[in-house]
Amino acid sequence: MAQFDSTTQYVAVLKEPLWKLARVRRWILNVSFHLGGVAMMSAQLAREARKRWETSEILRQMDALGVQSISITSLTALFTGMVLALQTSYALAQFGGKLFVGRVVVLSICRELGPTLTALMVAARVGSGITAELGTMSVTEQVDALRALGASPIRKLVLPRVVAVTLMLPILTLLADFLGMVGGLFIAVVEVKVGATFYLSTIQQSVHLNDVLHGLFKTPFFGFEIAMIGCYNGLNASGGADGVGRATTIAVVVASIAVLMSDFFLTKLFLVLPLGLQ
Amino acid sequence: MTFSETAVMRFVKAARPGGSSIIEFKHVSKSYGSKRVLDDVSLSVMRGEVLVILGGSGTGKSVSLRQMNGLEQPDAGEVWVDGVEVSSLPEEELVQVRKKIGMLFQSGALFDSMTVFENIAFALREHTSWSEEKISARVGEVLGFVNLGRDVERLLPSSLSGGMKKRVSLARTVALKPDILLYDEPTTGLDPVTSMTINRLIVDLNERLATTSVVVTHDIVSALFVADRLAFLQDARFAFIGTPEEAQTSDVADLRAFLAAGVSPELTASKGGPP
Repeated sequence: MAQFDSTTQYVAVLKEPLWKLARVRRWILNVSFHLGGVAMMSAQLAREARKRWETSEILRQMDALGVQSISITSLTALFTGMVLALQTSYALAQFGGKLFVGRVVVLSICRELGPTLTALMVAARVGSGITAELGTMSVTEQVDALRALGASPIRKLVLPRVVAVTLMLPILTLLADFLGMVGGLFIAVVEVKVGATFYLSTIQQSVHLNDVLHGLFKTPFFGFEIAMIGCYNGLNASGGADGVGRATTIAVVVASIAVLMSDFFLTKLFLVLPLGLQ
Repeated sequence: MTFSETAVMRFVKAARPGGSSIIEFKHVSKSYGSKRVLDDVSLSVMRGEVLVILGGSGTGKSVSLRQMNGLEQPDAGEVWVDGVEVSSLPEEELVQVRKKIGMLFQSGALFDSMTVFENIAFALREHTSWSEEKISARVGEVLGFVNLGRDVERLLPSSLSGGMKKRVSLARTVALKPDILLYDEPTTGLDPVTSMTINRLIVDLNERLATTSVVVTHDIVSALFVADRLAFLQDARFAFIGTPEEAQTSDVADLRAFLAAGVSPELTASKGGPP
């Protein structure tokens, strides 16, 4: 764990006027501290991962963080597919390409929107939950008690959550891809008056396995980032309920930004590297 | 507490073998920002004794305690526990030291997602390869130490009273048979009767388990009841280290004032109670 209080530093930044150069300098410093802290925790995690894994705790976290996120990520994907079908059919109608709504919807969902929106929803639900839980444990001395009993908080608390989110996010994304396609199909049939068979055949012709894998391969990275940022902020929370609240807000903001930024770099990487994911 | 009771306890403890130090602070300093809480502090805790660290709020009592099991590291100086310098050990290597040290936290710090049984069994499952039957027997035994029955085993910490939480936490602390027990404000927030129960447990466990205990408190009644020696922390240094009797006649005026305020008969009389 890093030996500094990121929450206090962020609050100090917020109190200064925007135009002050010192604020920008401090902001860069704090972001660096945050990245450094997460990197240090990742190194500790790599060391702890060589020891015995708590399988039952990992399964419990997969249920709490993954399975119980199904409803929120599914609803997001379903309505995203529906609104995407509405918008694209409107735009394509101007060029007489209304019939190809399925192709646009499913490619967008599989390659980009499915993974990214699922990760953002998980960042909001799971990232905040992890920070609040570990933050409360920190301020009530439970994390210290864990250390005093000779156990590692990284192995007992961080590892199961990171493994659970990293494994569950691809599964949630796959489900989201399917439901996004179903949402698009519903609007295509009901609103755009495209036949279901035609909608599905255009998808079959134009969407390949690579498109699904391209989106899917990014999600373990997103899951790792979300869980690590949540754990880092939780374990470094201080100052009672107020501190836990601030740490939770920071965790969700940082995790969301991390997902969006890494999405760009991972997409670029997968397009450049000869992995067959272009 | 009566004087005769204290004197008998002290006589019993004085008869125990001991003499060598088990915890040693050598020129330890610690600061938080610009606030210096420990300034070139040296202290020896003798094997088998109960040492009470006294001092006002925010004087660094808990920081001293947390350095004994490596929860915090000093900025300068060395902390030795049973021949091992804990102040320079990395977190991974501190595990072996921490197995020998039990710590009771101010809030109890029970894991609130686990039952009483799981809390007490935690260290046993973590550090031993005992069967569940043996773990269950040990949990029952340590619950007995703190005068609790096995009926509390399935309860969650949220359904326990403050005093019961402290007792369960104490049971968790002693489950692994530690050589050293650290108590951080063990009676804070408890009513006088429950406080006295905890005080008796501290003395009783120290005798029964043949441990060394370090108690951090600002509760004078508790300190005088359990202490073999007192250490008074003032202005980031130990202004006094000695027996409770020596403390009463110490030339440290603030310590005498501290002791007098804690058991002041005037205060009791002014509120209409018995003198």
